[in-house]
Amino acid sequence: MLKKIEAIIREDKVNDVREALNDIGIVGMNMFEVRGHGRQGGIQLVGRAGTYQVNMLPKIQINIVLNKRNLDAALDAILKSAYTGETGDGIIFVTPVEDVIRVRTRESGPEAMMYPGDIDEKKKSDGS
Amino acid sequence: MVAQINAGDTAWILVCCSLVLLMTPALAFFYGGMVRRKNVLSTLTMSYVFMSLIGVQWVLYGYSLAFGSDISGLIGGLNFLGFQGVGAQPNAAYAKTIPHELFASFQMMFAVITPALITGAFVERVKFKSFLLFSLLWATLVYDPLCHWVWGQGGWLKEMGVLDFAGGTVVHIAAGFSALAFALVIGPRKGHGSFPMEPNNIPLTVLGTGLLWVGWFGFNAGSALSANGVAVNALVTTNTSAATAGLVWMLLSSLDGRPSTLGIATGMVVGLAAVTPACGYVTPLAAMAIGAVAAPLSYYAMRFRERRKLDESLDVWACHGMASSWGTIATGLFATVAVNAEGANGLFFGNPGQLGIQILAVIVTIVFSFGMTYVLAKALNMSIGLRVSPMEEEVGLDISSHGERSYS
Repeated sequence: MLKKIEAIIREDKVNDVREALNDIGIVGMNMFEVRGHGRQGGIQLVGRAGTYQVNMLPKIQINIVLNKRNLDAALDAILKSAYTGETGDGIIFVTPVEDVIRVRTRESGPEAMMYPGDIDEKKKSDGS
Repeated sequence: MVAQINAGDTAWILVCCSLVLLMTPALAFFYGGMVRRKNVLSTLTMSYVFMSLIGVQWVLYGYSLAFGSDISGLIGGLNFLGFQGVGAQPNAAYAKTIPHELFASFQMMFAVITPALITGAFVERVKFKSFLLFSLLWATLVYDPLCHWVWGQGGWLKEMGVLDFAGGTVVHIAAGFSALAFALVIGPRKGHGSFPMEPNNIPLTVLGTGLLWVGWFGFNAGSALSANGVAVNALVTTNTSAATAGLVWMLLSSLDGRPSTLGIATGMVVGLAAVTPACGYVTPLAAMAIGAVAAPLSYYAMRFRERRKLDESLDVWACHGMASSWGTIATGLFATVAVNAEGANGLFFGNPGQLGIQILAVIVTIVFSFGMTYVLAKALNMSIGLRVSPMEEEVGLDISSHGERSYS
């Protein structure tokens, strides 16, 4: 069973989140520069004379596809590392994924998402 | 001899004055390209603001403190406050053939760019208000006295016979070692060393380098204060040292991987900084030696700084402080009266005493600028604080300090 995490976080938290995920053995991800806003709206900027409102704020979206059994660990890492407590910390979406196929090897399904040194191996070595 | 205005000299120094002014925007973009994208405007502003800040300070009292009637060799008097008495008539003590007001304005452009050089030490984390206050204090308590010592009539280093053609001590060593002191006090950027802080726009830095090189002709050749052979020699030595240091840096960079664009540009600036004190006293071949030694000196100073995990962010110390310390000492080796009759001979031309004076000037400048800056920065850090909050630093100074962003 595969899941996809789409985490929209602060630009300046990218390194913290990546490091936190790395630490638990999740290294593969995609990153996008996105723009949007949640409930907090935008921010006020200063122009040549006076101020103006910007509604769409720059954020970073991180996409990760992983086995369902690792979902909680990943979410936990993101929630901890992206947190500041201020408005604008971001949001996480989780959706099911139908299938995954590696272009080079044509491996598919949950097995295709496993690699040496990943979170499953880390769990095993921690257990033994 | 009655001082008489020479139209050729006046026209040339008017042009040089503009060329040196251009160096401050050039430096802004040189630095602006090397920071992260959230701090570009902040970095640009910290250079540009000096065209305003010192543009006012210098007319009000800066020029007078630096070049006014000497008081015990230490500081200028208040006789030129508000540029009073600084007019169309030449001041024979400084420049016999151009209006005094032009000399004062040409010097203003040096006073503008010097504190801007220091900003490379503390980009991406300094509080704007503290930066402004520090800069004004630095200009008044460090630059103006030092400028008087080396260039002012009666200044004690000048009386001793130190050779500093265009500002190796006053501008580059002072800025470089002040940058080092400030960086030690303010501490590293958040996350420094744990992840790479990549330059946001190297093309801007490369463009800045080109404009700096052009402006430096005004800076160095203009320091002859006359359109004559010494000015031409200064222009050629400036070009030769920059060219050589660029080549040597390219080689060093190649040996460590690839010939980096940012590295070549850095090498050029290092060559320019190194030859600044020497340019009007040495031959083009000597300038080649000066540039060739300056490049590895600054290169390995930079590596040393990195190993010590010191976040002197844009390497003002390694590039300007170290290169120009060498250049000032090298002036005591290579200077010859065959190039400039008003100069002196160096060690290689049978005058070892000059080398001693040059070394003393370097040490005095280092101790004075480092010490004063360290005290000023410490005092400000303990009173109003030097750094923005961690949150403001993460968001970036463009938005948190200025309420703007570089790229929408």
